Amino acid sequence: MSYTQTQTQAKSGYQAGVQDYRLTYYTPDYTPKDTDLLAAFRMTPQPGVPPEEAAAAVAAESSTGTWTTVWTDLLTDLDRYKGRCYHIEPVAGEDNQYFCFIAYPLDLFEEGSVTNMLTSLVGNVFGFKALRALRLEDLRIPVAYLKTFQGPPHGITVERDKLNKYGRPLLGCTIKPKLGLSAKNYGRAVYECLRGGLDFTKDDENINSQPFMRWRDRFLFVQEAIEKAQAETGEIKGHYLNVTAPTNEQMMERAEFAKEIGTPIIMHDFLTGGFTANTSLSKWCQANGVLLHIHRAMHAVIDRQKNHGIHFRVLAKCLRMSGGDHLHSGTVVGKLEGEKGITMGFVDLMRENYIEEDRSRGIFFTQDWASMPGVMPVASGGIHVWHMPALVEIFGDDSCLQFGGGTLGHPWGSAPGAAANRVALEACIQARNEGRNLMREGGDVLREAGKWSPELAVALELWKEIKFEFEAMDTL
Amino acid sequence: MQTFPKIRRFETLSYLPPLSDEQIMRQVQYILDKGYIPGVEFSEESEPTQHYWTLWKLPLFHAKSTSDVLNEVRSCRSDYSNCFIRVVGFDNIKQCQVLSFIVHKPNQR
Repeated sequence: MSYTQTQTQAKSGYQAGVQDYRLTYYTPDYTPKDTDLLAAFRMTPQPGVPPEEAAAAVAAESSTGTWTTVWTDLLTDLDRYKGRCYHIEPVAGEDNQYFCFIAYPLDLFEEGSVTNMLTSLVGNVFGFKALRALRLEDLRIPVAYLKTFQGPPHGITVERDKLNKYGRPLLGCTIKPKLGLSAKNYGRAVYECLRGGLDFTKDDENINSQPFMRWRDRFLFVQEAIEKAQAETGEIKGHYLNVTAPTNEQMMERAEFAKEIGTPIIMHDFLTGGFTANTSLSKWCQANGVLLHIHRAMHAVIDRQKNHGIHFRVLAKCLRMSGGDHLHSGTVVGKLEGEKGITMGFVDLMRENYIEEDRSRGIFFTQDWASMPGVMPVASGGIHVWHMPALVEIFGDDSCLQFGGGTLGHPWGSAPGAAANRVALEACIQARNEGRNLMREGGDVLREAGKWSPELAVALELWKEIKFEFEAMDTL
Repeated sequence: MQTFPKIRRFETLSYLPPLSDEQIMRQVQYILDKGYIPGVEFSEESEPTQHYWTLWKLPLFHAKSTSDVLNEVRSCRSDYSNCFIRVVGFDNIKQCQVLSFIVHKPNQR
């Protein structure tokens, strides 16, 4: 199919002036090509602006358009480059909101550059005056474009093989307090958590290299803790050493040092650090065999408003393209049921190879990842042993469950806290594999294990049992 | 309050009490139900960075029932009772190993 299915330019010559966007950029008869990048926006026009004009403006301002006609337009083939709004639909239950679907020709974007792609798609257009608000809900990345990206440095399968861990979620914990521990005290906390049975511990995102703990000191003490715990337990251990830094050069220096001391995994904040830095680091990680954990500080600034910004599923897709082996994705438990479907929708987008359109889960487009490795979702924050059955049921094996307070807050300390979580996890895995329903019997499974594990018994007593609304679980 | 003891572990399900044959069979049933290919492997050592244990025969492509697998575990146990033994599962759709759990430690029982 050719782009000439919509003819833009007349041969009548240059007519200066301001023209309605819809004349050029609203093409409801256009059938998107397999190589087009597709975007779904939730758009709120200013009062009085017709949706077709607003949607065409979004297509124009995120691709070739400018507010007025310019003579140099006539020196290019606009049909090859312009974004096209090919479909508009009102948002159910909202007064003046529309989903508009836009197709962008492949040539608009530099190969392998999330930075370039986002600069076009969510650049100037979000400040456009004719719109009251605009939210990028989803993208369909064409296979032709995906194939220009490396993606995750290793992916879920390779990570499991490297770590020798199969058939269960991985267990982690963020070391607290977030700020103010000396490097040696910090390493001790890491050692206690890992020897108790966690697979990973994690730097808090705001630990970079502050006066109380410079990065090099932290890396060395933590590495000693990892090696000691690994030797004692006979299991592979790791700690996400945060290499997020003020400059690219410093970030790479920290990554190089981490590799030199033999640490298995490092960490980066992809939004505050930026996509260019993240992509460089991800390529380095693949070339050097170091796993990459990705934190998402600042995401809520971008994705929290329902009518403006970028939905997290788009940020997650961008991260899979830019590269990362883990990505934080929320915990689901305790949230509203609707959010479970939405969250599991983007979790599938992170780790599956082919995801069908499913509007009930917020998936606007069928996405084929063309064998790009998957990203492991990380559920972190506010969870403890009683959440374990639901987490195992919802996230399945290919996930990383992180219990911060739920490990360090154990009355007997971090190693027993870690052991309580590990026992709870394995009891749930054993029960699930035996065909027991964790949503219904999870509490019994934990109580049975608490009979022979004193560490778990104490944890079960300290934290309160969670009651789930079973009936609501499958509705969306 | 108790100090958590230093105990050597062997990955998935090694934080539980040793599995009985009955329990092993139920885990094997899960492997078969999922369409994975079970296998048995053994090793004199259990260093975490040593990825390969020795394969007992071949992956059990033709295993139809849990007892097919358990019989192999038992034969392996009697020949190599001084070794660590684990049951593994392969997924030939995802083209990777997906499961592993310990079923015997040297001179256990």
